[in-house]
Amino acid sequence: MELFSFVDDLKRMDKRQAIYQILNFGMIISTALMIWKGLMVVTGSESPIVVVLSGSMEPAFFRGDLLLLTNYQEEPIRAGDIVVFRIEGRDIPIVHRVIKVHEKDDGYVKFLTKGDNNQVDDRGLYSPGQLWLEKKDVIGRARGFLPYIGMVTILMNDHPQLKYLVLALLGFFVLIHREN
Amino acid sequence: MHSFFSRLNTLFAFTLTVLAVLTIGVFFSTFFEKYQDTVAIGVNKPIVKHMTDFSANRKKNDLGVLQLNLDMNLDHLFDWNVKQLFLYLVAEYMTPTNSLNQVVLWDKIIRRGENARFNLHDIATKYYFWDDGEHLKSNNVTLTLGWNIISNAGRLIHVRANGSTSFVFPDNYATSRSASSKSSGQE
Repeated sequence: MELFSFVDDLKRMDKRQAIYQILNFGMIISTALMIWKGLMVVTGSESPIVVVLSGSMEPAFFRGDLLLLTNYQEEPIRAGDIVVFRIEGRDIPIVHRVIKVHEKDDGYVKFLTKGDNNQVDDRGLYSPGQLWLEKKDVIGRARGFLPYIGMVTILMNDHPQLKYLVLALLGFFVLIHREN
Repeated sequence: MHSFFSRLNTLFAFTLTVLAVLTIGVFFSTFFEKYQDTVAIGVNKPIVKHMTDFSANRKKNDLGVLQLNLDMNLDHLFDWNVKQLFLYLVAEYMTPTNSLNQVVLWDKIIRRGENARFNLHDIATKYYFWDDGEHLKSNNVTLTLGWNIISNAGRLIHVRANGSTSFVFPDNYATSRSASSKSSGQE
């Protein structure tokens, strides 16, 4: 069967071929990593691409949409901005809109956020006793939008077996594939 | 090259590539659009109250109460890449403790296909106008309308409209309850 022709290829592979395949694999991984780290530097954000996880910003953003973020310190946070932030102590990034800003002369800013689709502001989401967010809680501001693409990430997080399967298949095919 | 799986694989890869190119094309097709317009904002009966802010620090802060007039026609902002407009009215002012304050008083979502013409008169603010402190009396406040363009695929830009208005709060606190104007908002 044609499907299993790679088994014959495997038998024919010599040491040189094997090393080449492994190096190829390593190159692909490093390139992906370089692109990601490069994006982090260019945008100034620790996570320049995020997937929308909840429906609190509907109908603008739905679960599975992709957001491109920047976090330039020279651009101040202003009312109306869509920010992605983390509450101290929790890992889940939240995408909401800034509705109040109070800035002092020395540059200290505090602000309040609210999801477009929520009736009340986010004070219920912040840590107990926390009334405002600060610059350090912000991962970035949403600057670009791409629909639906993040659904893959959500599927893989909800079904971790899918994640392992995809990774295993990818690794397998990269190692086996030969240019004919 | 002609097995069922290799055909399926090629078809899948081709579809993905075409979709990606189209999405990137849509992204850049409105990259340089400005989406600017002029609106008319009016303010009626601004007063300041001094009350305990239970939603924040539970101290007595200044609460501004006012009525708004909003006139605008934003139909022409909806080009082929605009999925939704998020309108927000920002009150901006200075106090001795905070050099910049911005409070959103009213917002609205206009989806593609919905009416984008408004002539609202004497409406209450949607959200409470709490100051972070007690400095709203005699304060000069500027109201500006802004919108956030949400595209099908593209930049998320924020535009401040032309036509902002300023007003000054009175020097004294209001004590009567008759000017209170709340319909929904924060608890």
